[in-house]
Formats: sequence, structure tokens, C-alpha cells
Amino acid sequence: MSSQISAAPAQNSSPVDWWKYLLLAVILLVVLPLALDIFRLNLIGKYLTYAFVAIGLVLCWGCGGILSLGQGVFFGLGGYCMAMFLKLEASNPEATAIQSTPGIPDFMDWNQLTELPWFWQPFHSLSFTLLAVIAVPVIFAFIIGVAMFTRRVGGVYFAIITQAIAAILTILIIGQQGYTGGVNGITDLRTFVGWDIRTESAQYLLYFVNVALLFACLFAALYIKRCKLGRLLVAMREKEDRVRFSGYNVASFKIFVFCIGAAFAAIGGAMFTLQVGFMSPSFVGIVPSIEMVIFCAVGGRLSLLGAVYGTLLVNLAKTSFSESFPELWLFAMGALFIGVVLAFPDGLAGLYQTYIQPWFKHFINREKVGLTPPAPIPEKTTTPAKEPVASSLSSSLEESRNVPA
Amino acid sequence: MFADYTSSELTAIFAMQGFAGLILFSVFVLMALGLAIIFGQMGVINMAHGEFMILGAYITYLTSQLFSAYLPSLFDGYFFIAMLLAFVVTGALGALVEWAMIRHLYKRPLDTLLATWGLSLILQQLYRTVFGAREVGVSLPDWLMGSYAITDIIEVPINGIFVMVLTIFITIGVYLLMQKSRLGKQTRAVVQNRAMAGAVGINTEKVDRYTFALGCGIAGVAGSAFTMVGSTGPTAGQLYIVDTFLVVVFGGASSLLGTVASAFTISQAQSTMEFFLSGSMAKVLTLLTVVGILMLRPQGLFSLKVRR
Repeated sequence: MSSQISAAPAQNSSPVDWWKYLLLAVILLVVLPLALDIFRLNLIGKYLTYAFVAIGLVLCWGCGGILSLGQGVFFGLGGYCMAMFLKLEASNPEATAIQSTPGIPDFMDWNQLTELPWFWQPFHSLSFTLLAVIAVPVIFAFIIGVAMFTRRVGGVYFAIITQAIAAILTILIIGQQGYTGGVNGITDLRTFVGWDIRTESAQYLLYFVNVALLFACLFAALYIKRCKLGRLLVAMREKEDRVRFSGYNVASFKIFVFCIGAAFAAIGGAMFTLQVGFMSPSFVGIVPSIEMVIFCAVGGRLSLLGAVYGTLLVNLAKTSFSESFPELWLFAMGALFIGVVLAFPDGLAGLYQTYIQPWFKHFINREKVGLTPPAPIPEKTTTPAKEPVASSLSSSLEESRNVPA
Repeated sequence: MFADYTSSELTAIFAMQGFAGLILFSVFVLMALGLAIIFGQMGVINMAHGEFMILGAYITYLTSQLFSAYLPSLFDGYFFIAMLLAFVVTGALGALVEWAMIRHLYKRPLDTLLATWGLSLILQQLYRTVFGAREVGVSLPDWLMGSYAITDIIEVPINGIFVMVLTIFITIGVYLLMQKSRLGKQTRAVVQNRAMAGAVGINTEKVDRYTFALGCGIAGVAGSAFTMVGSTGPTAGQLYIVDTFLVVVFGGASSLLGTVASAFTISQAQSTMEFFLSGSMAKVLTLLTVVGILMLRPQGLFSLKVRR
């Protein structure tokens, strides 16, 4: 399956613009904490948990061409694992003494359960929980990946089946109220190993932990994108059979990157639970899963940093729009979907590359020219060699596009 | 789980649940037919298909209001005019959407998914603004009310029978259209080999537009029929879209017969299990089974062999 994204592989060989990562770090770690009060900062932290999912989608969808509409499943599984641990801690026998069965979560008591179900038992342990936050979604993703990719299900069919899985999990969570908290989710979470997560200082700390984890994921994703695996992913997106005939096991690469995406989403989900203080099926189903895809698309489906900025911008717009014009928000969101797909398939990153970056370069080059006066060569030759490479690349992409998929 | 019931009761339960399943089957088939044409033939993922169906339902509702206000003497027959109107209006909207949006995206099927999802959000909000968030229902003419008793304990509602008969006619109509008519032949030719179809003089762009409009029009008719058995709200379409996609994929995307067969299997399994388990578990089990089968047999039940 081919897609109309321009000049992607050129990024792999160019040096990393570290100042962009530094800029993001400064914005997230210095500017926002100083500029915003804790309520707003907590909100930003909540949006950043979606950015984990968007980064995973850049790898899966942008590079690998695997569109998963079930990332909410992994986000939710990670979040639910964390929420189960917190809930068990919150419902110790003293706190739940008024229940008919003290010591079990309140919603179980309301649903006439008299003992803790077996799959809740291990979540008393912190180390098991931290393992499960990553392991449960990754194993689930691995099973889906093995079942689908080794049978060469891809593209549209994969998207529809992952969407169905998201629907199934939501129905299951809502239906099994006694075990999962139903439509309300797991609420009223208080402490994390005796540390109250609702205080201001805790929220500040969690925000910084969240940003640190986000950067860890960003760098991991950057590494994957720039090593040989990343290039193979792009090659698979453009011409899967050619990669297969070159002797690579296409399915195993796809499974790997799908599992990585799931792991990122799960970390995001766990951080979401810690920062927001509850987890509910409304972050698992079809609608949130597709919204997460649009965060990634707005940022530019190939750009890791773009995914973070896209997530932040869309969510800020969503919050401010739905606060002031709740009627208009869905129109704006719908228009955003259509506009991003039709007019800006490369998203914010594409806009940056076509409009702002040349301007920067022009500016820098003029300064250089000013420092070394005898250089009468105008802009044309100050950016040599790039253009032929880019055009030959895009023409080879054109060629592969014209062949029916 | 069968031990508590006598055999005659079991027969009655299966018959009644089977009939409820047949109504669900009708809705599935009508929605899936349009989708099978759009997705199966053209490869476009139309996430706004449910909203096209709801548009048909709202048009039926408006027509019924109009008839009861101005032409009460003809109220018995309003449904047929409403169905025609629904087909024309949703088909026209479909052609417009194809022209404005879809035709730019044929080479990026995953992007059609996102763009049409955006369209579905806009349409939903539009319905909410125009018709209000509450569900609306049509008043049925007298001859569609009541139920028909087959035996002492088995009763079937007449509007259900009507919807099923309608479904059968529409299915046969669509089948004939795709197999015998000029448009159908051209559509299939374009699907099988676009370049060659263009070379022999078929205007492929025009065929694309008509095919998309036809699929949307059938969704409108589905919405019309849907008003007979359920009430219409702005988000009712979204409830069915995932199921419908599964129906189409399960049946083998480009086979109309497969679509009908898979709609039958899924709806019957779901409504029969619903009686013995809770509704949500029945749905989970059905969907899980379908996803499981699709993992084993990705091409669906009936697959068309096309050289790619």
C-alpha cells in the first residue's frame, strides 16, 4: 500500500536537529510549569499522555503504514492495570468498613460480589502491576499481530479489525460491571504506595515524571526510526512485496513495531490514570482511538515531535472550543479531519518543512554570506545537492504510486 | 442452559428470537449492501455510512410529518414516496461527497477512513442542530400496525414482515443492477481492471461517482426501512457502523451473496444468544467469533478472485 507522503526517507540520513528536542524540553519543563497554574498544568499532563499514543502511531502508521484504530485498547489496558492497583490500595478494609464485604472495591460490593476475582489478586503487588502495565498490552498486541500479520492481513482490513477489537473491549468492560466498574470505570483513586496523588506537589511531580517518560519514548522512537529497522518499515509501507522478496520477514517487523506502539500507549494510559485519578471505558473505544490517530495526523504522521505538538494543539483547541462553543466543536473536529487529510497530509511538520524551514535557512545563509563577503553565489547554490536527491526520491515514489496496489 | 425450558417453549423461543434476528438481519443487509458496493467494489472506507442511513431515516420522518399535516388521506402510502426521496437525497449527497472529497483519495484508502469519519462528525452535529438530540420516531400507517399470530405463543409483528419483504426486494434489485445493468457491468469492470476499463472507453471517474452515489442511496433506503423498526437519533448510525463493516468483511468484501450470508449468520447468532446471555455478552461473543474467523480466513466467507 502506498501513500502520498513526500521525501520521507531523506530524513533518515540527515543529522538530528537536537535543538528541536531541546526546545520541546524547555517548553514542557520550564515554560509551561512557570506559566500555568497546577490545574492547567495537570490538563497539559493529561494531553501529553495521549502524545505517547501518537508517537507509537508515528512508528506504526507513519513509517510502517499499519493503521491501527485500536490504540485506545492498549492505552486503556495500561490505564486499567494501574487503576486496579490504585483501587485495591484505596479499598483497604478500614476505608471500606461500611460495605457488606470490606476490603473489596466499592463497585464490586454494589454488584453483590463477595470476594476479589482471581485476576484482581496479583494487583496487590506493585512490581507485578508495573510489569503488567507494559506486559498485558504488549502480549495482547503480540497475539493480534501474530494472528494478522503472519496471514498478511494489512491495510484497510487491519484497521477495521482493530476497530472491532476496540468495540469488543468497550462492550465487555461496560457489560461486566462487577469486575470492571462498568461505564463509570474505576474511580476514586487516592494513593500510590501510600503517597497521595491528589495533592498539588504530587501533581507537579507526576507531570515531570510524565515528561521524562515522554522523552524516553521519543528517543526510543527516534532510534527505531533512524536505524535500519526504520528504513525497512518505510520500505514495507511503499512496496511490501519487494521487501519480502529481498529476504526479510515482513511479518516479524510489523509485529515488533505494533508491540512497540502498544507499549508506548500503555505507558501513556498508566500515566493518565495516575494524573487524572480515574480510568473509564470512554478512553478505550472507537471514538478515542480514532481521535488519537488524528492527533498524530495533525502533527504530521512522520514526525515524532509533530505528534507531540499535534496532540497538544488539538486538545487545547478541543478544551477551549468545547468550553466556549460546545455546538461548534464537532464541526471543527470534523473539518480538521477532512482538512488534514485532503489539504495537509504531512500535518504541522509538513507545513514547517515547506514554509518555515526554508525561511530559517535563508536567514542563516544570509548571515553566513554577510560574514564571508566574497561569496557572490545566491541562495540557489547555497543549498546544493539536496534538490536533485529530493526530486529523484519523489519521482521514484511517484513511480511506485502509479502501480496499482 | 436449556434445561429449564420445555421443548415447545424452546421452539417458540428460537422462533421468536429467530424472527427478531431476521429484523436485525434486514437492517444489517440493507446497510451492508450499500457498504459492500462502496467498500467492496471501490475500496473506499466510508465511516459516514451510518450517517447516510440516518439521513434517510430523517427524510422518512419529515415525509411522514408532511403527509400527516397536509395529505392525511394519502398517509397509508407515504412510506413509498419517503423511500424514493431518501434514495434520491442521500444519493445526491453521496455524489457531492465523492466529487468534493473521495475522488482525491482513491490512492490512499486509509485516509478515506479519516476524512469520512470527519464527515460523520459534521453530519452528526448537523442532525443534532436541526432535529435536536432526542430520538424521533415515525407514526406507522394502520396497515403496518399489530402483529400476526402464527401459533398460540408465536407472534410476529407486521412491520417486521414488511421490512423483511422490502429487504428481499432491494437485495434482488441491487443484485440485478450489479449483474445485468450497464452501470453494474461498468462498475465491475472498473474494479477488476481500472486501466483496461478506461482503455475500452468507460468513463471511470463517472462510474466511480455513480457507484458511490448508488451505495449512499441504498444506505438512505436502509434508513427509511430502519424507521419502521426503531427510532432515529443523531448518533444511531454510529451504533451500526462497526457491525456493518464486520458483516461486509466477513462476507468477503466484494461478494453480495457473501454479504447477505454473513449478515444472516451474525444477526441470528447475536439474537439467539441474546435470550440466554446478557445482550452485551451476546454481542461480545458474536464479534469475537467473527474476528477470530477473520483471523483464520482473512478473505472472508466468499471471496472473489481478482488479479491484483
